Amino acid sequence: MESALVEELIKKFEGSTQRESLDIPAANVPADLLLSVAEWLRNEQGFDLLMDVTAIDWSEDVSPRFTGIYHFASSTKHNYIRIAADCEDDVEPELPTLAKLYPAANWHERETYDLLGIRYKGHPDLRRILMWDDYPYFPLRKEFPLAGIETEFPAADVAEAAGGAKVIPAPMMGGPFHAPQTGAMSKREPRAADQSWNEEKPKPNND
Amino acid sequence: MATENNFAYNSKIEGDLVVTKLDTAINWIRKHSVWPMPMGLACCAIELMAAGGSRFDISRFGMEVMRFSPRQADCMIVSGTVTYKMAEVVRRIYDQMAEPKWVVAMGACASSGGMYRSYAVLQGVDRIVPVDVYISGCPPRPEALLDGMIKIQDKIQREPSVKNLLDRDMHKAPEKKTTTAPAHA
Repeated sequence: MESALVEELIKKFEGSTQRESLDIPAANVPADLLLSVAEWLRNEQGFDLLMDVTAIDWSEDVSPRFTGIYHFASSTKHNYIRIAADCEDDVEPELPTLAKLYPAANWHERETYDLLGIRYKGHPDLRRILMWDDYPYFPLRKEFPLAGIETEFPAADVAEAAGGAKVIPAPMMGGPFHAPQTGAMSKREPRAADQSWNEEKPKPNND
Repeated sequence: MATENNFAYNSKIEGDLVVTKLDTAINWIRKHSVWPMPMGLACCAIELMAAGGSRFDISRFGMEVMRFSPRQADCMIVSGTVTYKMAEVVRRIYDQMAEPKWVVAMGACASSGGMYRSYAVLQGVDRIVPVDVYISGCPPRPEALLDGMIKIQDKIQREPSVKNLLDRDMHKAPEKKTTTAPAHA
């Protein structure tokens, strides 16, 4: 998507490139320039809102594996821009924090850390936000199964009181579960997409 | 004077005396004053609130006094999706409720995890607390909740209350196995 703003950004920050986009202007920037790009967007281009922080896991065999994604908006110019920054390390991904520029980044970065394991350098309080503190995995990584992995219960005394409760992989039973989009409302209870298999009767291999 | 009083207890004929079993009397009192603890965790809680409102009127069954303090409640209605992070809290609150106590798993999520077959969701609240009544539905209508609560009343009516009072430990949870609230730093 052509944009004068992105062209200016690419000229100003060495190593930045145009990023393919169907909706709003987008640019790739090197991770070490991310902070100065955000500062420039906020102070000189009027992007006073950080709408979203997330990241992409491109899967284990791709390098760079993780890409941080940032959506900025301007309340004065009424436009958006998307900034993407690749993490250099594929095993322990790291990005600079934007929490000091945009307070909104604080919880967004905690969520991205929680689910994808990207550490934000300089973050004031980088704790998990959705999963419990001792959870050992990053559930939105590509190698993590939707059903989950058997782990210890969040609190040991509760697990003991409940007769040895554990975090167990959820029975998928042909799931994931969702409501069908068509048909009568009365027939749209959430159901597995493919009910031909379950944990007892494995999925037929049609390859 | 052929009034319907003639068919029931008549103090003029029988004197100030009622013959019954202690179990029956205790259970009769208990089942008509269930104090629910609304463990509202998702959309089922909205139906729970509707059941408390005038249209469905749970107070017809003597259980309109919802208490958010577990110390003052005796029937936990788990209404909603229990995540593993919340499961710890649910169990601690359950342990803080005084005996005798009952648990209702309201809706698909509380009963079995429902459609949330995921790494984050407890697959049925019966993995951490003893459930007395399961209510199906996603979410169940208030009538379904009322039906479940009437089932709880029937169950209370059948309990050996005197024996339980003497045992003082209905759910056989040894003291060292109950949980304590974490200290807040």
